[in-house]
Amino acid sequence: MFSRDTWKEIFDTIRKNKLRTFLTGFTMALGIFIVVILVGFTNGLQNTFEKFFGDDATNTLFVFPGRTSMPYKGYTSNRRIQFDNSDLKDIEENFAMFLDYITPRITRSSLVRYKGESNNYTNRAVAPAHQFSEKTIIMKGRFLNENDINIRAKYAVVGRLVAKDLFKEEDPIGKYITLGDSAFKVIGVFQDDGGDNEERLIYIPYTTRQLIEKGNDKIEQIILGFNPSIGYAGAMALEKNITKLLKEKKFIAREDRSGIFIRNIADELKQNQQFAQVLGFIALFFAIGTIIAGIIGVSNIMIFVVKERTKEIGIRKALGATPRVVISTILLEATTITILSGFSGMLAGVLILQNLEGKLEDYFITNPYIDLGFAVGATLILIIFGSIAGYVPAKRAARIKPIVALRDE
Amino acid sequence: MGSNSLHVLKGINFSVEQGELVAIMGSSGSGKSTLLNILGMLDEADSGIYTLDTVPIIDLNETKAAEYRNKFLGFIFQSFNLINYKSAVENVALPLYYQGKSRKERNATALEYLDRVGLKPWADHLPSELSGGQKQRVAIARAMAADPKVLLADEPTGALDSKTSCEVMDLIQKINDEGNTILVVTHEEDIAHMCKRIVYLKDGVIVEDKKIDQVRASQYV
Repeated sequence: MFSRDTWKEIFDTIRKNKLRTFLTGFTMALGIFIVVILVGFTNGLQNTFEKFFGDDATNTLFVFPGRTSMPYKGYTSNRRIQFDNSDLKDIEENFAMFLDYITPRITRSSLVRYKGESNNYTNRAVAPAHQFSEKTIIMKGRFLNENDINIRAKYAVVGRLVAKDLFKEEDPIGKYITLGDSAFKVIGVFQDDGGDNEERLIYIPYTTRQLIEKGNDKIEQIILGFNPSIGYAGAMALEKNITKLLKEKKFIAREDRSGIFIRNIADELKQNQQFAQVLGFIALFFAIGTIIAGIIGVSNIMIFVVKERTKEIGIRKALGATPRVVISTILLEATTITILSGFSGMLAGVLILQNLEGKLEDYFITNPYIDLGFAVGATLILIIFGSIAGYVPAKRAARIKPIVALRDE
Repeated sequence: MGSNSLHVLKGINFSVEQGELVAIMGSSGSGKSTLLNILGMLDEADSGIYTLDTVPIIDLNETKAAEYRNKFLGFIFQSFNLINYKSAVENVALPLYYQGKSRKERNATALEYLDRVGLKPWADHLPSELSGGQKQRVAIARAMAADPKVLLADEPTGALDSKTSCEVMDLIQKINDEGNTILVVTHEEDIAHMCKRIVYLKDGVIVEDKKIDQVRASQYV
């Protein structure tokens, strides 16, 4: 069955029936090519999605003060709420079990100068834990630490683009920049996957900011990271309890919705995960759909090819070919074509996906890729179904009486 | 075929000796093609005995029938039935491929038989590049190539003009002269008279079976 002669006969037939070979091969190659490209694109779409939402830590609560909308306990409405260091401490003490970290954030924009260069940069006064909430990555030097907070050090950690703008080629570590009216020593440079804007920030200790602003203890926002093991329900309960605590402390009516705001990333995360899940289903649906379409295409062409050869089968049988030989020759020929064209189609798809890497980000497709195992598996499925689709009519054709097959035009 | 089966042959009793050239004649529907199909193991008789060179041909499955066809029989068809994407020599070599002969041996034998039908120069031509008479000669060479015991020709001249028909019959006569047994189904009287014996079929029975004086086809060529 697998003698050299058989193969010679098979390749001879393939070579001499170019149109048939082309049709079969093209259908197969196109089928698997489309599977690879579509699956690759949906994977790219998922990548974009993850990049959009995967940057910041996901176990984070943002607490913002607002203005009251109703009078309560003798206070008028439309009162501005202001957080201070004691709120930070209260949350920390009351919810210690559930918290991974907690940090205040005071945001200002200041003119920053170094030698001849100057520019306006947003600076955030924070605690060391802030590093976790934004997934800030230190490139050089270090981030702020507890000691810096305690001694109210005039230290600054600058973003990669700040360092690039102000220091050019110079090493910024240990140099002094003028931020607002004070000199700050640069102790670190960071990068952030969140994009250029995130890398144009400067971090300083929040106690230092309070010192500069007449020694107050005011803070703007509180960012806290909860222990991921408390889960979604735990995060929602935590959000509720923190709101309750702060409303009592700041004399805000329970029903007042605008006194305090909490942005819960866990809630957003859940929505995002649901969206990602839907996206995953769509991707799977696409993959299965295109594979089925490929199977139908390849099966069709196989049935057509065998039908077309009915008369040839009759001739070969009259000349002494046994049904087994007839079937195996047709199938070997067909699978040879589908294997060769299937894998070239797959290869073409994979190469194009690789080529498109980074070129389609405007269309929300980041690094389209296909799992090689998946691609090979899909190709094999198409080959197997193509063979089955060829086998059934081939078997039937081989069973037709030669005299009937010979009459087939 | 179940309920609508039809008894085409209703008791045929005849034998063919080695080296005979027999014409089977009859109008359409007389059962001559059915007889040939049974002889060619392309169809099976409901009952009766068919012995080919002392081998009883009974209970054939497809594989067995294919082997016997390959070993014992050579077919010549009205519509030639060459494989259109194979050259003349490849067509002739095909029965040898199914005998498991080596490529070299196949090609040598095929060329030899093509030479015998006078088509060696056309060995590498495709059927589409040959005339009707040439195609039938290739088909005859192919039928001969496996060195069969019997050649079965189903209207071999049916698709040819009278001059080419005579050429083909001349070739068949020459092959018969070498001692090969040949059965020819035809409905043309003049073709039948180029054989040595005529069997007339009518409504599934033999109405006449006579030896005749052969008309040589070479005088018309």
